[in-house]
Amino acid sequence: MPRELLKGNVAFAEAAIRAGCLAYFGYPITPQTELLEHMSSEMPRLGRAFVQAESELAAINMLYGAACTGLRCMTSSSSPGISLMQEGFSYIACSEVPAVVIDIMRGGPGLGNIQAAQGDYFQITRSAGHGDFHAIVLAPSTVQEAIDLTVLAFDLAEKYRTLVIVAADGIIGQMMEPAELPPMQKPRTTSPDWALSGAEGRPHNIITSIYLGADNLERVNKRLQAKLARIKPNEQRYVEHDVADARLLVVGFGTAGRVAESAVAAAREQGLAVGLFRPVSLWPFPEDRLSELADSVAGCVVVEMNAGQMLEDVRLVVGREMPIEFVGRTGGNVPLPDEIMEAIKRLYHQLESQPAEHAR
Amino acid sequence: MAKGTILIDEARCKGCGLCAPVCPKEVIQMATDRRNAKGYRPAQLVDPEGLCTGCAICALICPDVCITVFREPAPSKRSRDRHKAVFA
Amino acid sequence: MSETSIAPPENMVAVYQRPDALTHVDTHYCPGCTHGIANRLVAEVIDELGVRERTIGVAPVGCSVFVYNYFNFDCAEAAHGRAPAMATGIKRVLTEHVVFTYQGDGDLAAIGMAEILHAAGRGENITTVFINNAIYGMTGGQMAPTTLPGQKTSSSPFGRDVELTGYPMKMAELLAEIDGAAYVVRRSLHNPAEIRKARKALVTAFRAQLAGLGFSMVELLSTCPTNWGMTPEEALKWVKEYMVPIFPLGDYKVGEAVAAMK
Repeated sequence: MPRELLKGNVAFAEAAIRAGCLAYFGYPITPQTELLEHMSSEMPRLGRAFVQAESELAAINMLYGAACTGLRCMTSSSSPGISLMQEGFSYIACSEVPAVVIDIMRGGPGLGNIQAAQGDYFQITRSAGHGDFHAIVLAPSTVQEAIDLTVLAFDLAEKYRTLVIVAADGIIGQMMEPAELPPMQKPRTTSPDWALSGAEGRPHNIITSIYLGADNLERVNKRLQAKLARIKPNEQRYVEHDVADARLLVVGFGTAGRVAESAVAAAREQGLAVGLFRPVSLWPFPEDRLSELADSVAGCVVVEMNAGQMLEDVRLVVGREMPIEFVGRTGGNVPLPDEIMEAIKRLYHQLESQPAEHAR
Repeated sequence: MAKGTILIDEARCKGCGLCAPVCPKEVIQMATDRRNAKGYRPAQLVDPEGLCTGCAICALICPDVCITVFREPAPSKRSRDRHKAVFA
Repeated sequence: MSETSIAPPENMVAVYQRPDALTHVDTHYCPGCTHGIANRLVAEVIDELGVRERTIGVAPVGCSVFVYNYFNFDCAEAAHGRAPAMATGIKRVLTEHVVFTYQGDGDLAAIGMAEILHAAGRGENITTVFINNAIYGMTGGQMAPTTLPGQKTSSSPFGRDVELTGYPMKMAELLAEIDGAAYVVRRSLHNPAEIRKARKALVTAFRAQLAGLGFSMVELLSTCPTNWGMTPEEALKWVKEYMVPIFPLGDYKVGEAVAAMK
């Protein structure tokens, strides 16, 4: 397929359509509304389902319903709407139905503002709702990645019968970049065996998330945990640059990771042995690779558009001994390459001036 | 000869007592001498005179679907016509 | 007993037995609870219309949360109040299936108020069975939006004070005002004659869905003997004496196409 100039939000929507998404339910909220609007014209044109729900609370529950049929379906929102959807996330996770959610993050907390942020990291990577579970969370940093990860999201959701959240900040949703869309996939229209499709010639299927009795519910929880244990080693994703001889690692995801890439390139030009590690899966966090890299670097600069959320996951992986400099902007501000450069230099010189045994 | 009868699933009955008062022939009573395994006093058909018509009003109000209702089939059209021919 | 088939006595035929659309699971409902009657009526109607194999029910949170164990067709369990949204999601994807919600007064008239209004507003081609017993049963008898003025509940121990808590929500009246609603009626389960009328209304509601005529709802005045503190028989009488005057029975919306169906 040829590359075209695409707006991020439109790319997410169109990628879902090409991946065979049969139903979309959403509610307008900046900065993802263009995704809803694209769906509102394209889905009916293709004879597929589109509903603008009365709220994000309704939208996620419509998605839950459609997901019970086992057919591909999606919703999208932004931070305040994602908070409303957390009820649905928990039900979807416990019921083990496949569902895809796009989160275009904005400034928070509260109503916040409509600029780009990465402040939903905690809420989407811990349990994305009450109870013990994790959604798979994918974080694109370009419009191309937005497309590729959305297609992947549907595959992973079906493979594991789980919730997959593709989380991008508002810049990715709003920016326009050349990217290549995949060809149109014919949507699957027959439900899997476990799904609600009408009890014809089989016992009736029930999709529920209530299990009275502690042992009953514990059994369900063990099953969910076993599933997460299968996902964890197999679905870690990341991108790395210049790590082979790096003394210092810059870690960032999404737009922050992209800006960090510029800073790393600039640092290299100045002769600093710096590498970039950009998580693409936020859950499972790419701890295996980061842990390996942590053995050969002496410090990390973590860059985020929040007050330090992925920072905690980095800290968990690299350990308490590793010096970490944090560059965080909130309110919709974006860290710029020079801010990151300053942090890189600060840490680099701090590491240089330390006795050798601190380097690992 | 009774035109109808009912079979009450005593094990399922919760002794709610909604069936007895609605029976037009008053042939349902709540047992006083026994309880089922759940501890309820079940409903029972007490119809020595064969008054039950199989109207199914009891089944209509039973919340636990305990009651199966039987009835003599309505006389067939053919037999009615036969009578007509006899009395013509 | 509890067998799958019962042999008729000589010279008789079975004229009423357990519907196919019900499983053989004993219900957990309290003795005399009219949920049992309502569940059974829905199952009878599903059988009568011959649609069991393409019916999908959406269960609420409330006493009927386990209704999916009693219905012999595919069911989903919704979050509290969200059944109409879930049903929307299912029906939009499986357009030829019969999709309905079964909800109590907390589920539909409190937390789920937005979802039911908008499902009706969109004219979603689903059916809602609304069980109105003027109280929250499952959680132990608290005040519901449908609780009557002066009615004592565990969270209105002095009787519902309309100055502080307002008046009962009349959902049939409310939904009848919405253009997308095709058939909105209120019936009752307090005696055999009313139960028969309720059954007929359910048939019409599901037929309206089958004909693609828009949103249909049957509100059923129901009892909660346990939390009302009455015997099942007394509870039926309470519905007639106290609930019917506040929630009048009748047809609140019968769209032209629905009326033409008969």
